[in-house]
Amino acid sequence: MTRQLIIAAAGMLAAAPAALAQGTIKIAVLGPMAFVQGENHWAGAEMARDEINKAGGISVGGKKRKIELVRVDSNEIQSVPDATNAMERAITREKADFVIGGFRSEAVLAMQEVAMDYKKIFLGCGAADAKLGANVEKNYERYKYWFRVSPLNSPDLGRTLFAVLGTIAGQVRAELKKETPKVAILAEKVIWTEAIVKAAQDNLPKMKMEVVGLWQPSPTATDVTAELAAIDRAGADMVFTALSGPVGIVVGRQMAERKMHAVAFGINVEAQKDGFWEATAGKGNYVATLDTYAEVEMTPLMIPFVRAFKERFHKSPTYNAATYDAINLLKTVIEKAGTTDAAKLVPVFEQTQSVGTGGQLEFTKSHDPVWGVGKTTGIAVQWQNGRKVPFWPPQVKGMQKFGFPGQI
Amino acid sequence: MLQDILVTGLVSGSTYALLAIGFSLIFGVARIVNVAHTAFYMLAAYGLYALLVQGGLGVLLSGALAVVSVTLLSVICYRLVIEPVRQHEAAVLIATIALALIFQETVLRIFGGSYLGVPSAIDGVAHLFGVAIPKQRLLILIVAGAMLAGTWVLLYRTRFGLAVRATANDLEVANLMGMNVNRVAMATVGISVALAAVAGVSVAPVFVVDPFMWLAPLVTVLATVVLGGLGSIQGSVIGAMVIGYVEAVTVFALPQGAFLKGAVALSMMVIVLLVRPEGLFGVAFEEER
Repeated sequence: MTRQLIIAAAGMLAAAPAALAQGTIKIAVLGPMAFVQGENHWAGAEMARDEINKAGGISVGGKKRKIELVRVDSNEIQSVPDATNAMERAITREKADFVIGGFRSEAVLAMQEVAMDYKKIFLGCGAADAKLGANVEKNYERYKYWFRVSPLNSPDLGRTLFAVLGTIAGQVRAELKKETPKVAILAEKVIWTEAIVKAAQDNLPKMKMEVVGLWQPSPTATDVTAELAAIDRAGADMVFTALSGPVGIVVGRQMAERKMHAVAFGINVEAQKDGFWEATAGKGNYVATLDTYAEVEMTPLMIPFVRAFKERFHKSPTYNAATYDAINLLKTVIEKAGTTDAAKLVPVFEQTQSVGTGGQLEFTKSHDPVWGVGKTTGIAVQWQNGRKVPFWPPQVKGMQKFGFPGQI
Repeated sequence: MLQDILVTGLVSGSTYALLAIGFSLIFGVARIVNVAHTAFYMLAAYGLYALLVQGGLGVLLSGALAVVSVTLLSVICYRLVIEPVRQHEAAVLIATIALALIFQETVLRIFGGSYLGVPSAIDGVAHLFGVAIPKQRLLILIVAGAMLAGTWVLLYRTRFGLAVRATANDLEVANLMGMNVNRVAMATVGISVALAAVAGVSVAPVFVVDPFMWLAPLVTVLATVVLGGLGSIQGSVIGAMVIGYVEAVTVFALPQGAFLKGAVALSMMVIVLLVRPEGLFGVAFEEER
């Protein structure tokens, strides 16, 4: 009798988590959790989960289901195979219903393959490579489960970059009284920068800017002395950057140490982080970069989100915190469709338009965010005396002035 | 452009030399290929960060404490991990790889993966042949020169240096002559790691401090010492300068291929090895010994 009771109790205990799990929607958050990117993936997701669960959860066919998050360290900065293993683990062992996150394009391309094998909705919140979206157009049936929430794809990032660069070039012309400012392109040699570099070489001369050269250091380069000396020698007025690795810190710091008169603008992922100022030992002045979040009214949700994030985590969000938008979008889509079936959710994702924290969420044929003013463009910020100051788009309330060396 | 190449090559080369001389010394004396050499350099950089930025101590005190603590750690590691397997070269290699990874993961756990910065000991820019060079980089050049001179004096002008050279020349005979070769090897490990720690403390203010900062220099250091001749300190310095200049020429001559500077330097090493398998100064060193 005692033996039967023990067996029955063990059976009940074993069944309990499964029963509990049936009532939740399990979302795996994949990111490099030992790094700022992964921390932001997780922080954004936690905020969304807590808000949604507090309000009762996600309504699926009239039944409320709470969100359960699973934290999965993809270790993708160090290892692409680790990232694919993490995706495999999230889907098979953790039995996630949905997967979100990812950062490094090379890793996300590999993770995308695994997620598509299992026909899982994968909401990207970190990788910019255009191929991720091109896959959807090329082989829709296989890749239709992929949607990129953040950032824009690399060609669209390029479009924003050129719009901002045009504004800065106007100021350079006025400041230096130079009709054709000289621009050096400094882009790390990785796949996401290829489209941007090509577009820069094509577009800058059309924008009346002279390209004085292209320098392509490794994303992990610890020294760009030679590159900066060559850029200085070429007489560049602006340094157009496309940097996601630690080289972004080195560039910012060494430009200041060399007292270069050129201003750096472009994508500098490290400069998007609060830790940039400390990492450059306070020498990151004037470094400007595309970014996603600041206390400006890009959408009605941006300021409340940024303030709530800062209050909870004591730091500003980076674009990887768009996991917040990804989960809220997922909620909207599931509630519209009344199901969690991935195949049925895809057309609803494609037709849904919703307001996110960083922009208007709406997808193109390649399941990328629609680019445009009033849709999603991102913002531009510049480091000024230890603070990240937003300066573009200038018409948005809360934007400030772009500064030049010697002015701040 | 020529003066740019001359100056930037010299500065980069001196940084590599600072790392390579310690690596070469331990190989030359104890025949230990210490893969953890640059991991100790990483630990010293973190030590400086922790003491200077987090602890608020002065630059000199922080630097000295970082170098001393990392050196002591290396001696402990030698006694516990390397000495028991020293007779087996492959085991030593694997043990030092394991040590390096343990250091990396420990630092990652304690400090996280964020990139950190250390303030410069001296700010400002100096002009050398019309080329702007931050003074902190010139300091590395001076430190590298001082370390090299110090190592030479230690090896060739002291009784300890004589013991080190004797052990390097013939370990068994040195043992038979009554020298404690294990103690000599341990002291050499300590000196070698102290040099790496000085390198870490010197470059931390110009590089980015992160748990993986030991990997790229390891490849460059291996290329440098193989190019110069394994075990030859003079060869390591020349090798470091060659690598520094090859990198500078690559960046200036082929801006779009700046990311290839490491690969070009390694190709240079392969070419030298094809022509002179013992490296540039391998034979000279053998004769010297």
